[in-house]
Amino acid sequence: MLRSNAEEIPGALPSGSSYESVNKTRHSKDSQPVDTITQTYWTERMIAIRDHRDKEAFGEVFNHFAPRVKAFLMKGGAEPSMAEECTQEAMITLWNKAALFDPSRASVSTWVFTIARNKKIDILRRRNRPEPEELPWGPEPEPQPGDVIELQQETDRLAAAIADLPEKQREIITRAFYGDLTHQELSDQTGLPLGTIKSRIRLALERLRHSLS
Amino acid sequence: MTAKHTLPEKLMLSYAAGTLPEAFDLVIASHLSLCDESRIGVEAYEAIGGTIIEKEIPVSMSPGALDRCFGRLDGQAPRPKSGDAVNAVFPKPLRDMIGGDIDTVNWRSIGRGVKQAIIETEGRATVRLLSIPGGVEMPEHGHQGMEVTLVLQGAFKDGQDRFARGDIEVATDDMDHQPVAEDGDVCICLAATENPLRFNSFVPKLLQPLFRI
Repeated sequence: MLRSNAEEIPGALPSGSSYESVNKTRHSKDSQPVDTITQTYWTERMIAIRDHRDKEAFGEVFNHFAPRVKAFLMKGGAEPSMAEECTQEAMITLWNKAALFDPSRASVSTWVFTIARNKKIDILRRRNRPEPEELPWGPEPEPQPGDVIELQQETDRLAAAIADLPEKQREIITRAFYGDLTHQELSDQTGLPLGTIKSRIRLALERLRHSLS
Repeated sequence: MTAKHTLPEKLMLSYAAGTLPEAFDLVIASHLSLCDESRIGVEAYEAIGGTIIEKEIPVSMSPGALDRCFGRLDGQAPRPKSGDAVNAVFPKPLRDMIGGDIDTVNWRSIGRGVKQAIIETEGRATVRLLSIPGGVEMPEHGHQGMEVTLVLQGAFKDGQDRFARGDIEVATDDMDHQPVAEDGDVCICLAATENPLRFNSFVPKLLQPLFRI
């Protein structure tokens, strides 16, 4: 299911000098799908935010993701001004909660999605959405680089597989995320290609638990 | 940590999408804190959310949005806290919602030794804590909507199935089910219902508005 969406790359890349660094990465890792290289780039920028409080990296992440989050929120029914405010709050939360970013468990786009989703709900309810307890961090929480790459590749395969779903099924999934379906309208989805990404997430959770014992 | 009875796929999707009423968010977040298998499933659906964000056609942020965010960034990234309240009966999302563990619950008796406490939430659903002595049946009821029940202490049986701490039971409006608390520990459950339940027998129906069961 590997598929390189080469035509999407220009829009996915940041401007200026960062483009060159992505290009460099691309040449050095020819065997990987282009999307994965883009994902790797965003993961590196997010880690720079997390570990070095890198404001330039934050600017790049903002310029790429904020307009997409705003679009997502507007498709979900938010007025432009509310979508704008919510997106800004989400990006500040991304900075403040960067320590929780684990690239072996979620891609940057997944991480951004969960923050934006929660921020929207927090604003609507005026209190925090009930979230599962964070897994405790042990003395050695850092994932292996190979685990990070694997997760990114699985995320790409998932995106390609979702794109390849029969149109009706894809529409149901997408509308579910925009809140256009009630859960009565949702049927249990079968045949969604989630098995392999679940294996990656399972490994990441096991690593967190084992680092404690 | 994995429960025997995990979350159905469509609730994984709805929770990941962020489209459930707060009452359901609370029960599911509490369940995910106790069950890695369901947590893995929800995070896999969140990865779909990430792929949707990534494919959005960008909508411009307002001029100066990034600069306004820059002005609000703090230097420090707080490390996540770990290992709090290890011996608590209630998972963290529930403790956060009611402001403490099981000893802070303000129970009200609803007869036959059964006690309950309603937790105020937003939206078209109700969530309550139930305390059922061993051997006692929950009042017979059908549903006008979906009911999701999480066991926090003790266990109950419903037909052939046994539900213990961490297990979740999902009942829909087309089934009459009959949970009975197992002999032994008092069974403590957290249950969310889409609509007030309708009772099949005469007396409880009269009591329903009074007790909001």
